[in-house]
Amino acid sequence: MRTIIYLIRKEFIQIFRNKFISKAIFAVPIVQMLILVPAITFELKNANVVIIDKDLTPESRGLISKLAGSTFFRISGTTFSVKEAENMMLHNKCGIILHIPVEFGKNIGSGKPARLQASIDAINSSSAQLSWAYINGIIRDYNTEISIENINTTQISSFPMIDITNRYWYNEELNYKFYMLPGILVILVTAIGFLLAGLNMVREKEIGTIEQINVTPVRKHQFIIGKMVPFLIIGLIDLGIGLLIGWLAFSIPFEGSILLMFLGATIFLIAVLGLALFISTFSGSQQQYMFVAFFCMIIFILMSGIFTPYESMPQWAQDFNMINPVAYLMRINRMVMLKGSSISDISAELISLSVIAVSFTSLAVRRYRKTA
Amino acid sequence: MQKVIETSGICKKFGTTTALDNISFSVNESEVFGFIGPDGAGKTTLMRVITTLLLPDSGEIEVLGKNCRTGYKELRKEIGYMPGRFSLYQDLSVEENLEFYATVFGTTVKENYHLISDIYSHIEPFRKRLAGQLSGGMKQKLALSCALIHKPKLLVLDEPTTGVDAVSRSEFWDMLGKLRKNNITILVSTPYMDEAMRCDRVALIQNGKILAINTPQSIKNDFSSKLFSIKSREKYKLILALRSFSETNTSYPFGENVHVTFKDNILPPSLKGYLTDYGVDDAVISESEAGIEDRFLELMQT
Repeated sequence: MRTIIYLIRKEFIQIFRNKFISKAIFAVPIVQMLILVPAITFELKNANVVIIDKDLTPESRGLISKLAGSTFFRISGTTFSVKEAENMMLHNKCGIILHIPVEFGKNIGSGKPARLQASIDAINSSSAQLSWAYINGIIRDYNTEISIENINTTQISSFPMIDITNRYWYNEELNYKFYMLPGILVILVTAIGFLLAGLNMVREKEIGTIEQINVTPVRKHQFIIGKMVPFLIIGLIDLGIGLLIGWLAFSIPFEGSILLMFLGATIFLIAVLGLALFISTFSGSQQQYMFVAFFCMIIFILMSGIFTPYESMPQWAQDFNMINPVAYLMRINRMVMLKGSSISDISAELISLSVIAVSFTSLAVRRYRKTA
Repeated sequence: MQKVIETSGICKKFGTTTALDNISFSVNESEVFGFIGPDGAGKTTLMRVITTLLLPDSGEIEVLGKNCRTGYKELRKEIGYMPGRFSLYQDLSVEENLEFYATVFGTTVKENYHLISDIYSHIEPFRKRLAGQLSGGMKQKLALSCALIHKPKLLVLDEPTTGVDAVSRSEFWDMLGKLRKNNITILVSTPYMDEAMRCDRVALIQNGKILAINTPQSIKNDFSSKLFSIKSREKYKLILALRSFSETNTSYPFGENVHVTFKDNILPPSLKGYLTDYGVDDAVISESEAGIEDRFLELMQT
């Protein structure tokens, strides 16, 4: 025990003596939260629309002003030439072309179906779908309005209609920041766990200090624990800083128990540190380690469900996520922060994460050789 | 007398390279035992096998009465190892390094201070300085202190004097001499032949094989022929001349001189004339006592 405490103490002395690392571990969470949380958003704002209004009637103008009045769209130009409009889309001047043909107004007036054409740049399929959904909504609204205008009030009461009222649970305003922030916190903790400890271990190999350690009676598990605990503590401190920024800068709600979130993060960090130290046992240089660790990190983060819903991944990807610690923490963080889940709600995640943590750590201890 | 190290037939291969080839030797208690050999001879590999960092492919090795395969955990408590490369934490201070190694061996600096006081006193004024900022000689003293702080029975030093100036080297060997009085057996490797004389016994090692094991004096005495030392200002020309001379057996540059042996073990009368004809007219020839290096070169030839 005395040995472990001394190993940890040594590690902390070295970390805080390194002028860059000692500052970076506090700067990274601040910068990452302040930049990534507001920057990563799927919300549609100010999408550029080019209008080809060949109709020029009160009806067509009414639709255009409705479009311009929404926060989602910005009318970036009008033209009569289809070719010019297409050119503008080709040069990224606009993402949507709304073509209102002649006789649009006339058809509405005479009760015939009126036609419209919306062309959407689908380079980014998710933003194209969003644009389409919003445009569709505006046109539908407009459609209802003119129907009401044209039908007299006595008829409308008997007009069969389904009235849908939405309520978005756990994030009522669909604030994208609330969705991303718990995820960004996971990335933060992952980076700390993955990079610092592993690189530290490989550095000992590179500069040869490990050879001197290996001839001492220090046990393998003592050495691994001595490498894990300091970075576990740093990871948790960074999580705390990240949460504090979320609360101060973005007034993110915190429904559940902070302790529960830290419990999840602790188990997660043990898993990630175990994997990182396992990788470091067969890496000969920091360069080699970085390459492998970066590869693992990207896969883990992108498959974790940070951007895309977990449920819409193919089955094999969902199966892979059984061993992806990042996926578990992603769910735990969102459930605890936004939903206020209790320990029994996330017990399955916590148990799986614990199994991963124990497996990776024992792999690291087993694979670490106290020989040259 | 109890044997501290007892090995028989150790072999170790790395891929197709044979690093150790059938190594057998034994080291007595409180002995300073030296491995002398050029770079790449297998000294470091052998040191690593002895310190339990490497397992031999075949052969038996017992250190302090413990088998390297089964008793390595116990053994590591009793060995002090100083690798060839400076392997302490450069970003920890002198004091922190020493305390760290004391702690991982389950002891304290205070308890064994008497062992290192002679050596550590030189660097104690700099105890707050980071190890990475010490000079070469001071680093070496710190490394030796750290290797000694747990009172090892066997001290293994891998090329401790490589890259250290002549005065510090001599000082270092004086320190080793004092340590011996504390019942510590010392195993040391070096590429410097002159340091062999400061060991009790040495093993000459080349290409993974032990060429000879004996006291330095006996190794010198084993030199089989009469050795002549020839000196000239035109050293290069002298070597060329000697190598083309039909009576020459061996000729090697040795410091300012050239060490030569002749086929009939006598100084050929025709040599002086031959050298003058070759353009070396200031050659001073004298009979010389063989050194370890001469014997080493002789052994390499056979």
